[in-house]
Amino acid sequence: MSKIVKMVAQRLALGLLTLFTVSLIIFLGVQLLPGDLAQAILGQSATPETVAAFRRELGLDLPAYVRYFDWLGGMLQGDFGHSLANKREISELIGQRLLNTLFLAGVAAAIAVPLALILGIMAALYRNTLFDRAINVATLTSISFPEFFVAYILIMLLAIKMRWLPGISNISGEIDLAERLYRVVLPALTLTLVVVAHMMRMTRAAIINLLASPYIEMAMLKGVPRWRIITHHALPNALSPIINVVVINLAYLVVGVVVVEVVFVYPGLGQLLVDSVSKRDMPVVQASALIFAATYILLNLTADLLSILSNPRLLHPR
Amino acid sequence: MTDKTDIRKPGAGFTRREALATGAAAGALAAGLSLAPGMARAASPKKGGRLRIGIGQGATTDSLDPATITDTYMQVVNYGLRNCLTEIDGNGKLIGELAESFEVSKDAATWTFHLRKDVTFHNGKTLDADDVIASLAHHRTEESKSAAKSLLKAVKEIKADGKNTVVIVLESGNADFPYIVSDYHMPILPAKDGKADALSGIGTGGYILDKFEPGVRTFMKRNPNYWKKNVAWFDEIEALAIIDPPARVAALSTGEVDVIDRVDRKIVDQLKRQQGVNVEEVTGNQHYTFPMRCDQDPFKDNNIRMALKHALDREEMVRTVLSGHGSVGNDHPIGPSQTFYNKDLPQRVYDADKAKFYLKQAGLSSLKVDLSVADAAFDGAVDAGVLYKEKAAKAGIDINVIREPNDGYWSNVWLVKGWCASYWGGRPTEDWMFTTTYAAGASWNESFWNNERFNQLLLAGRTELNQDKRREIYYEMQQICRDDSGAVIPMFANYIIASSNKVQHGKVAANWDLDGLKVCERWWFA
Amino acid sequence: MSRSAIKFLKSAPWSARFGMAVILFYVTLAVFAPLIAPYGETAIVGPRFDLWGEAHIFGTDNLGRDMLTRLIFGARNTIGIAFITTCLAFAIGGLAGLLAAAVGGWVDQALVTLVNNMMGIPQLIFALLILTITGTSIPVLIVVIAVLDSTRVFRLSRAVAMNIAVMDFVEVARLRGEGLWWIVTREILPNAMPPLVAEFGLRFCFVFLFISALSFLGLGIQPPTADWGSMVRENASLITFGDITPLLPAGAIALLTVGVNFVVDWFLHKTSGLRDEK
Repeated sequence: MSKIVKMVAQRLALGLLTLFTVSLIIFLGVQLLPGDLAQAILGQSATPETVAAFRRELGLDLPAYVRYFDWLGGMLQGDFGHSLANKREISELIGQRLLNTLFLAGVAAAIAVPLALILGIMAALYRNTLFDRAINVATLTSISFPEFFVAYILIMLLAIKMRWLPGISNISGEIDLAERLYRVVLPALTLTLVVVAHMMRMTRAAIINLLASPYIEMAMLKGVPRWRIITHHALPNALSPIINVVVINLAYLVVGVVVVEVVFVYPGLGQLLVDSVSKRDMPVVQASALIFAATYILLNLTADLLSILSNPRLLHPR
Repeated sequence: MTDKTDIRKPGAGFTRREALATGAAAGALAAGLSLAPGMARAASPKKGGRLRIGIGQGATTDSLDPATITDTYMQVVNYGLRNCLTEIDGNGKLIGELAESFEVSKDAATWTFHLRKDVTFHNGKTLDADDVIASLAHHRTEESKSAAKSLLKAVKEIKADGKNTVVIVLESGNADFPYIVSDYHMPILPAKDGKADALSGIGTGGYILDKFEPGVRTFMKRNPNYWKKNVAWFDEIEALAIIDPPARVAALSTGEVDVIDRVDRKIVDQLKRQQGVNVEEVTGNQHYTFPMRCDQDPFKDNNIRMALKHALDREEMVRTVLSGHGSVGNDHPIGPSQTFYNKDLPQRVYDADKAKFYLKQAGLSSLKVDLSVADAAFDGAVDAGVLYKEKAAKAGIDINVIREPNDGYWSNVWLVKGWCASYWGGRPTEDWMFTTTYAAGASWNESFWNNERFNQLLLAGRTELNQDKRREIYYEMQQICRDDSGAVIPMFANYIIASSNKVQHGKVAANWDLDGLKVCERWWFA
Repeated sequence: MSRSAIKFLKSAPWSARFGMAVILFYVTLAVFAPLIAPYGETAIVGPRFDLWGEAHIFGTDNLGRDMLTRLIFGARNTIGIAFITTCLAFAIGGLAGLLAAAVGGWVDQALVTLVNNMMGIPQLIFALLILTITGTSIPVLIVVIAVLDSTRVFRLSRAVAMNIAVMDFVEVARLRGEGLWWIVTREILPNAMPPLVAEFGLRFCFVFLFISALSFLGLGIQPPTADWGSMVRENASLITFGDITPLLPAGAIALLTVGVNFVVDWFLHKTSGLRDEK
């Protein structure tokens, strides 16, 4: 067990290093983008004079490395800084949006992960039957559609034709949990359709991959029921790749949902990040990018831990 | 208001000075009576309700500072919270807003604005000349980042004359100056220690800021002490930023919002057929352009410019890119609804032979040019570029359409690349429009055009107070622009607003989108 | 075609045969697009949004170009790009993953750290950054998507290979003194193949989706090139009013995805060594 503790500590330290690298990459990346905040905000109405004045006000005329270390210094003291564009506290700007993003990801995951696992196991159990094919075609079709298109179809069917659900997820501060859930059903459903196929197919493939193993054949010869073979013998050994895919998809639900946020007017972090990249609002870009990176690192660590617990052999690499 | 006082109508027989004074007084009256003209289809307005608007722009980087406002979202919020010295009413007339009246000296260089008394800001402060001075200074100081800085460059001095009068002295005459102070960049903000308070959202407008979440939503509540009577009917306003066009339509269809702007032109006809939805279209001065840099080869040669101007099918472009919701342009930026629109100028049409002729004049038999486009320039710019390419090919011109990233389009492509796509929301006066984009040396002279005669006329027109002479000048300028400038102007696009039929309104203004950006103030619930 | 190959194909279940037929059909379309398509790729041949009829079987698009023609050329561009991108992604990510698992130690650590750094940045944002700087020509698009995708492939192949690398037969091979390359290609790769192939089938269609998402941000393929992802985007708003035009390119993607994955499923079944075919 102490090996696991050591590994976690090591990974967390590496995670911190990753955060630092990510911040550096993002900073350089945005720095390399043509134009800066002054030009981006003023857009078509920029003149050389106003851009220069704007830059002076924001300190954009300082050399890049000075700005980076300024930001890093503040960061290390727990000060995220201010948005350059509208001078708001970043913690205030991001806090609510982070909660919104996590809420939507949580709801979508709560539907998608169990659904994908159950369907995957069933498909492996009844492989090559009509059921297996039908599930496959349905999920494959759903992921072949770009997510904005899935969203439009769901809006048309459930919001415009049936009038069951609201067409946009307008979640203002003062609504209770039930109302909030009601309003995120459509985006959560869209995300579910987008991620289920990937997880479900991996579950199915990983299980089937093991079914020819001698110990499974042994179990079969012993007369163990098929479903029991799968849940008790195959699944535990197939967990590692499944966990991996699930984690990638969970990370996607947090990090990659910009398009769904835009279509449903859902105020999450993704939209904030895209907006601030296009406006070159560096402190906001950095803060949101770090949150995403941290999410990813933590999920990743969880996945590896679970993989190791499911296959203790991994603890003893050569 | 009758035609007699209509200063924008050419040849009304008034000198400009008299006309402006009466116009302003009549404006004050009109503000009192609200939307008396053009209200035919609606029952009389009544108070109440929460208006939810879905606006197709807005970003999380938005700021309440009017100096950096660029898109419809903040423009609408801004006009909800604040007032300017003057405003353009639903019929396109200039009337006084916070200025009760204004007058001009003979050389059109000194403007005197008389402020309304007893106007209070949302924080209880009474409006006086200091607020006006601080608000305009906000755009003029050395360190100002305001987009309106160049508009006020000609201002020499702004001074108070008592508590309620502001005198503005210009370097040289400008007959259209009162129009400039109606611009959304220049609302009157409360002065605090001699500086304008630009970030709190406090103004004199019909609504008080309740909550501002940049790029998401803004809540406003009616100002119970609003000085304008019979406007600002809604109890509350909720302005949502809904960037995605289909999402906007879905939000309206499902009753999540009451009004949306920028309806996707592809589906306007379907939307019109939908029960409970009204679609309003107005042809304003919003136009799309393809500016060529006249300071770069091959566009230095006017024959090349003329060849390209003849190589595009405007009718087809309006039909496809605008889905018919707009009108053809004539290579100058003045719209049909403007005072001095030259209606005698023949319409330029697609003519492959003429294009070939001009190519030959330039000593060429074929031409290959790059055209940079992105939908950031205008919605459908990429399609427009593709159409242009197809038609120009028949004239021996090979247009290589390059799709540039939307991101950073205005800083990396516009004013940089030799030929690109661009748009203009239009300006209320001819002088303003020409000065902004066609005057030699102007920072937004997107085609880097320099025509001596045009520049002389521009100066002459600006100080001229006689309407007939002005018409002559502006007619000629439109013609020069059409036949020499570097801008291909294929079309004028309509503003398309859709609303639930519970919402009522008078005549929709054409100067900007969303009823001159004053939807919060002018509309009401039935 | 030799007799055994035909026999082999005949042994395939209906789903795999269907999948192969679809792939064959698409490949034919892609290869012979200029011969099959009734009009030119970019030619404007009718009024916009013309109805389905004899002249234009699927009507015309928003500029008056023949929809069927665009779909056929779309097959060529989309499949070509997606196939090259996916292969590249697997070549980079798959090999690196296997290598990391087989070698372990600091090589593994270095690769994992590198990939983690890349994956820590949201994919769309990363693409936005790079493509805005480099422009969106097709080669750049392919390389950028492939590199971004390869991080995902790396994770999977490493995870799968890790499980295999600790198995007895690999240990045996090591003790036998086999070289690294031999172990990776002969011992680990064959056993890691099934999940990787399954992943390939999905990654392949994710490329269309990624291009489509990029066009959402205005960064897609250069016009007037036809590609299905952008075609869905251009006409998407019509679906809200029950117009099925955008379903055509989306359906084309879906059909291909289903086809490819049916073949993949069959392959999985073959390699799993199971004999309980029904």
